Amino acid sequence: MSGGRPLTVLRDIDLEIEAAGAVAVVGPSGSGKTTLLGLLAGLDLPSAGHVVLDGQNLNELSEDERAAVRAEKLGFVFQSFQLIPTLTALENVLVPIELQDAAAVNGADAEDRAKELLDRVGLGDRTHHYPAQLSGGEQQRVGLARAFANRPKILMADEPTGNLDADTGGHVIDLMVKLNREEGTTLVLVTHDVELASKAYRIVRLSGGRIVGDEQVTPR
Amino acid sequence: MSARFTLAMARRESRSTRRRLVLYVVAITLGVAALVAINSFRANVTSAVSDQARNLMGADLQLGSRWEFSEDIEALVDSLEQAGALVSRVTYFTSMALATRSGLTRLVEVMAPTGGYPFYGELETEPAELWQAFRTSRQVLVDPAALVQLDAALGDTLAIGRGRFVIAGTVTRLPGDIGLRSVVGLRVYLPAPYLEETGLLRFGSISYHQAHFKIDDSQAVNEFVEARDSLFEANRVWYTTVDEYEEDLTRGLDRLASFLGLVGLVALLLGGVGVASGVHVFVSEKLDTAAVLRCLGARQRQTFAIYMAQAGLMGLTGAALGVGLGVIVQAVIPQVVRDFLPLDVPFHLEWTAVLAGLGIGLWVSLIFALLPLLRIKDVAPLRALRRDYEKSRRRRDPWRIGTYAALVLSLLALTVWQAPRPVIGLAFAAAAAITAGALGLTAWSLMRLTRRFFPRRARFPFRQGIANLFRPHNQTVAVTLAIGSGVFLIAHLYVVQRNLLEQITVETRPDRPNLVMFDVQPDQVEGVAQIMDEHGAPVLESTPIVPARLTHLGQRSVEELLADTVGPRIPRWALLREYRHTYRDKLVGSERLIAGEWFSETDTTAGVARISFEESIAEELKVEVGDRITWDIQGVPVETEITSVRRVDWARFEPNFFAVFEPGVLDDAPQSMLMLTRVDDPIRRAELQRDLVISYPNVAAIDITVIIEAIDAILSKVALAIRFMALFSIASGLVILVGAIATTRYQRARESVLLKTLGARSRIIGRILATEYFALGSLAGLAGVVLATIGAWVAVRFLFEMSFRLPGLPLFAFWAGTALLTTIIGLATSRDVVRRTPLAGMRDFAE
Repeated sequence: MSGGRPLTVLRDIDLEIEAAGAVAVVGPSGSGKTTLLGLLAGLDLPSAGHVVLDGQNLNELSEDERAAVRAEKLGFVFQSFQLIPTLTALENVLVPIELQDAAAVNGADAEDRAKELLDRVGLGDRTHHYPAQLSGGEQQRVGLARAFANRPKILMADEPTGNLDADTGGHVIDLMVKLNREEGTTLVLVTHDVELASKAYRIVRLSGGRIVGDEQVTPR
Repeated sequence: MSARFTLAMARRESRSTRRRLVLYVVAITLGVAALVAINSFRANVTSAVSDQARNLMGADLQLGSRWEFSEDIEALVDSLEQAGALVSRVTYFTSMALATRSGLTRLVEVMAPTGGYPFYGELETEPAELWQAFRTSRQVLVDPAALVQLDAALGDTLAIGRGRFVIAGTVTRLPGDIGLRSVVGLRVYLPAPYLEETGLLRFGSISYHQAHFKIDDSQAVNEFVEARDSLFEANRVWYTTVDEYEEDLTRGLDRLASFLGLVGLVALLLGGVGVASGVHVFVSEKLDTAAVLRCLGARQRQTFAIYMAQAGLMGLTGAALGVGLGVIVQAVIPQVVRDFLPLDVPFHLEWTAVLAGLGIGLWVSLIFALLPLLRIKDVAPLRALRRDYEKSRRRRDPWRIGTYAALVLSLLALTVWQAPRPVIGLAFAAAAAITAGALGLTAWSLMRLTRRFFPRRARFPFRQGIANLFRPHNQTVAVTLAIGSGVFLIAHLYVVQRNLLEQITVETRPDRPNLVMFDVQPDQVEGVAQIMDEHGAPVLESTPIVPARLTHLGQRSVEELLADTVGPRIPRWALLREYRHTYRDKLVGSERLIAGEWFSETDTTAGVARISFEESIAEELKVEVGDRITWDIQGVPVETEITSVRRVDWARFEPNFFAVFEPGVLDDAPQSMLMLTRVDDPIRRAELQRDLVISYPNVAAIDITVIIEAIDAILSKVALAIRFMALFSIASGLVILVGAIATTRYQRARESVLLKTLGARSRIIGRILATEYFALGSLAGLAGVVLATIGAWVAVRFLFEMSFRLPGLPLFAFWAGTALLTTIIGLATSRDVVRRTPLAGMRDFAE
């Protein structure tokens, strides 16, 4: 819904993303990139067609079941970081772990994992800072650490450098790619930045809600 | 994910908001405090009455009658005395008292005790220990207020009838008396042996006779009176046992406390409104966070639980603080209702009231928070990616419907539980709902009107301030509702009180009588008229009064009707009371005919006197035109037939009667006259009363001015108690205002920093804020005042059945006062918004 009227954002999408790959979805503003990402993550359901995530048809799951799938399998990086302003860096990273089933979470382990991740993104000394006390680049690095906290199978990144300057953005991207490789995660990256897209193995081009290009590339 | 996580998240999440939500906590606190205080007080009263009932009544059993006891009753009293009971008799009657030194007169209640009454409880005199001692000579004791009103001192002489007595002292404390009693009637205590000397207890004069008993076996008392119920009834004797006294007193005080509790409940409901509006803003700010949590895999219910837990924590804190404050206020309440309390109410912590306050506070905050919190439940995870994403809302969300239902049921349950009777609770709930709806609607339409007639050409600060009333996340309706309710309560009370008083003051207009003389015997009429003439007082009206008792309705005797438990119930008082009739050939200004025909010469009923009956007493006795009633007029049976029914405006200070006889029938019956006159000068009015008392001591005079003063005093005291409870509502309203300002401060600060960056000076920011708060205060004040006027009009016209007058100036003052107070509080709480430098502000908001 947009402004109270139904709006068709995507049509005739047929897309398969292989495990452990890195796909960049590119296209101009309003081409439907973010909507596609939202559907892939089960944030909403398509009005027609279906999405299968790691063998599970999301259409068959309830909203809560889809949430459970996200908690277990997905990591998220947002354009506007979306850290929870009332939580410290460490607490923000802890949220996805704490959202998993209680049995799987060991408090001390979780905290070690969160600290280690913050260390890996170079923020080991800022664990108790609140988002407002961090720069944009630092906030997005916390966002990265949070995205990997629950050892996700798939990482969804929505314009992760959109709110950062070129240098900082480049640094964040390098980190993301490095973590992605180390953790063996499938990366789905939405961007309109060609430079950023070139880090992926495959580039899917969207325009006006349709796939207009799909090519394998050698990442730089 | 576990409950632990929910709680931990709730705790962490509330960090930044705690300070801002504190004000909403306070809103709940005030309401809970009002309830805990009044309900603890109720419980305190009940236990105090049960502890002190015997001491307050002063005896184990009281018998009383409007007439001297019959032989049967006297025999009964004797037998009780022989069985070991102590007996004390008290005779009461009303009479004029004249302080000979000052020449001032007052209508007083004369009380002549014998024996050891009161057997229980403390009676204090000044000087001490006079209660028994004063009876040995021609002395009286008086109420302390009597000395003031008669301008008399101890040692002065007081004339009661033909007797002359020295004022020996005052009675400072009589068991069971309330503070207001001396406003209603001054008392003079006179030794019984000298009663004869007054010459006032003649055949036909009105007096009351009581016997008080001290009986050790309290169980025996109840059995004794129950066994003789019909004997008492036949002899028109009423009785009171300690148990009944306790029950009556508890019921009366409990009702008073219940009504005050209802007023207190308004504060709690306002607190709920405060919670709802605070949580609404809070939720608006938290929707993004909730969406992120959902994106990260939190379930709908988990996200919802995190915020519900915060609301619960907030409510619990508010309720706990409220209980604390309530216990403090509880200690103050006996002072507020002092004039209605016949006993000391010792302070006890009442755990049921405390726990109920805690539970109700928590429940009210949860139920009011639930409505705005449902938005959190419905938040779409996609919102984390796109801020503008809206989920299409389901029309009939069962959660929303359920919440509304729970809200309505909770309110009904609360009011019914707090009210003295379920019907009153329901009526109160309905009135509260109508008022809240009307206030909300008024606020909404005033807002729409302001928007419609937006001052486009006004200066920038003014336009900006007005525009703030409808900015996103505005709290205009909530604040108007809160402050408006407070204004409504106070203004409504004021307008009704003003109208009642004004109605009564109408009676002091130059064309109305202001002095009423009653008990004038037929042979005294000429003499009294002559004295009046000497003082330039015209006889405006002279009405005969004939006392009578009801003996038969149709063919059935009063005794039969009383014994009848099957047929339609006729109230005992209506059957047993003493009636005062008159006779005349025309209707007077305060009455009009609603059924039948007024007496005419042509129509005669052979052997049966015709009467015109009053509407309400006809309803009570279940009689109508054509029915027959037999009266006992000083021992003579008189059969009458109702030939017409009248509606009487009792609010007017005029001699009005239940039954008016056709002329001729009662001419020779024992009767007294009631005479009305008007004397404007208070000194000459006093002189006339003095001279009347000296020449005709049995004639009682009522000065209307004194009556109006008494009514004024009583109304003021009732209003004081209600106002005290209404204070909690006003305070809640102000807290909500401060809270509303605090919750929107972030937005305001951001805006003012932006304006300053663009070149606005602090003064401009201050003007914008002043305009906004003044407009808000005006809206709330206007809504409250308008509704109060409508409410008061309804109450005055339909409840009190009087004509309504609009006190324009005071209402305008209410309105202006509300606007000013709101502006001052608004500006005071926004000081830092005005002062903040743009650079500091920019840094704060850089994210």
